[in-house]
Amino acid sequence: MSASDIIWTLLSLFFIGLGYFAAFAFAAGMLWRLIGYLRTPMPLPHALTPAPKTEGGAVLRVLGDVTLFPNLFKADKWLWAGAWVFHAALAAVLFRHLRYFTYPVPGLVLYMEPVALFFGLLFGAAILFLFWRRLGLPRTLYISNLPDYFALALLGLIAGTGLMVSYWLHANLVDVKGFILGLMTFHPVEVPRHPLFLLHLFFVLILMLYFPFSKLLHAGGVFFSPSRHQPYQVQLRGKRYVNPLER
Amino acid sequence: MPKFDETPIIKDPAVNGVLRAPGLREHASTDVRCHPSKPKDTAAIDLPAELVPDWKERALAKFGELLEQNQALRVYMDICVRCGACTDKCQFFLGTGDPQNFPVARAELLRRVYRRYFTPAGLFPDLGAASDLDEDLLRKWYTYFYQCSECRRCSVFCPYGIDTAEITIAAREIMASIGVSTKYVTEVVAKVYQTGNNLGIPPAAWKDNCEFLEEEVLEETGLPIRFPVDEAGADILLVPPSADNFANTDTMIGYGKLFHYLGLSWTTSTYCNEGGNFGLFLNFANLQKVNRRIIDAARMLGVKTIIWGECGHAWRAGILTPTLSGPMDMFDPPYPYHISQFIVDMLRKGAFDGRLDKSANDDYLVTYHDPCNSARAGQLIEEPRQIIRAVCNRFVEMPPNTIREKTFCCGAGNGLLTDEIMPIRMAGGKPRAMAVKHTKANYLATVCAICKAQLPESMHYWDVPVKVGGVIDLLANALKL
Repeated sequence: MSASDIIWTLLSLFFIGLGYFAAFAFAAGMLWRLIGYLRTPMPLPHALTPAPKTEGGAVLRVLGDVTLFPNLFKADKWLWAGAWVFHAALAAVLFRHLRYFTYPVPGLVLYMEPVALFFGLLFGAAILFLFWRRLGLPRTLYISNLPDYFALALLGLIAGTGLMVSYWLHANLVDVKGFILGLMTFHPVEVPRHPLFLLHLFFVLILMLYFPFSKLLHAGGVFFSPSRHQPYQVQLRGKRYVNPLER
Repeated sequence: MPKFDETPIIKDPAVNGVLRAPGLREHASTDVRCHPSKPKDTAAIDLPAELVPDWKERALAKFGELLEQNQALRVYMDICVRCGACTDKCQFFLGTGDPQNFPVARAELLRRVYRRYFTPAGLFPDLGAASDLDEDLLRKWYTYFYQCSECRRCSVFCPYGIDTAEITIAAREIMASIGVSTKYVTEVVAKVYQTGNNLGIPPAAWKDNCEFLEEEVLEETGLPIRFPVDEAGADILLVPPSADNFANTDTMIGYGKLFHYLGLSWTTSTYCNEGGNFGLFLNFANLQKVNRRIIDAARMLGVKTIIWGECGHAWRAGILTPTLSGPMDMFDPPYPYHISQFIVDMLRKGAFDGRLDKSANDDYLVTYHDPCNSARAGQLIEEPRQIIRAVCNRFVEMPPNTIREKTFCCGAGNGLLTDEIMPIRMAGGKPRAMAVKHTKANYLATVCAICKAQLPESMHYWDVPVKVGGVIDLLANALKL
């Protein structure tokens, strides 16, 4: 075994360990946090009015919130555009990543090939815009704190390294996919011998560890916001809102 | 209006009735604070009279308890991304330029403590934007959580609907539990337990006022219109804001004329002649205790239904009644029932057909101020407008960004209607004043007693010549009795 083989073996062990740990921490952390939200009672009706009067209407309101960001649209058109493009591009990029996790690869993922670079660049551009907005406006500069910059910087590093390994210093697709599928089937193999890819992977794993314990949790928390998910309480006979703490 | 220090107030004019976000003026309003409570009031409402010795431990224990018991608070502590959408939405920021009046900055005062003591970020306070709870921070809580009128305007623009009102309510609840509260709010709650209403009007004076109104209306109309008090067996218990019997008597006269015209038996109660609930601005225990008085009064008098009068936060607390005070099944539905909803129902049934003379209000160009609580917590947006359109020929809306669910608070709601913070009230009242000025209206209608107390002062301060009054006042003008 050469010195380089030893280094790659050690790196493989590190990434396999960190990979399983990050996946577990992400899944367990999200479940723990979201179940915590679900189990926390809401003593009083809390809908922000005008609100839908039915449960179904409230579900639609939340679905509208998470797909179209109507409140941001009312608040600030530029921010809405930046945030929406950011999330849409992120969704497209994540979807495109299915090609590393599935075999055979779904047709839709393959058909994305011609527009994949576009979404990757859009994602990067949206991050730069949001970073600029945080620093460039006195009001957002005033409220931004270290975790805000950390989250954006981490995403920026992931986007940058990801674009580079896909379109410039190519990582070997077969190696990458073999490594990922190996992890998923609990038959881990050596990491791809591509430092930039490993850097990309490292940032992603850090993000997964950080996610459930940070403001990024808004991704799940948005479904538990009582001002949005509650219908307006029509307190009819036999249908009043009972304070869960007094049950 | 007493003299006060105007330095916190930004005087720049609006463009087309809408204010632009001012530049940041750090600490501009940091010295404007409410007077602290008096021991006689805190004693009457089960609160510590002064800062308790182990205040930090007790505050954190209370905070932890609220986090376990309130989904909104728990979620809103975590999920803010500080996107800044709310930073130019609060009337107190628009009027003062103090960045601590950003809704997000206000909430961060609580979130920093949350992160310090309830999350892993507390292990690295500097990296995790976490802060110890110390006296400096407590002072900021006291200042800025009493420069928030819990109006929920920021929530309308938040992508997650984060409700700063809920955060302010939690912060005030924590502060109340360790002996930090304001004189105005605690005094009012104490008065409710002593006299049945926020203004401290004793039963005999309430009866006198009602008799005086009867005489006045008899003189005006020649009709024996009654303002009944404590009449057991009446069909309707009216729960007005007590200010209607004292300051906004045109609104009280409006109720009287309305019920007289419809031939309904109604009454007020001297046990509970107040819809307003200052417990909402203080803590849950008092919110519930004050709310229960309404149901108790209705049971004592044996009424068939309860109607809430023109008061914004009374309605916000009113719709909570079946939750706070138990089922209302012994009353006729719909309940809780607001006077505006009642009038709209009567309009629909044709009860006023041919008996409304709109021209009686032709001297007025009317605009409507949505009280924050009725619009954003009480679903009352269309009803008052329907009434106004039915009784007035000349109605004009303020700019769209300042009405309906985007309405501005009058500037003194939810525990801020007190003279020692006049700079905050006038600064907070500015966006509304500028919007009214733009319409050139001469009658500013609203359905809230606190708005009716604040708006004349803020309109005068911002030089807007307008009469402030109720929606029912207009109905009563137009009604051919």
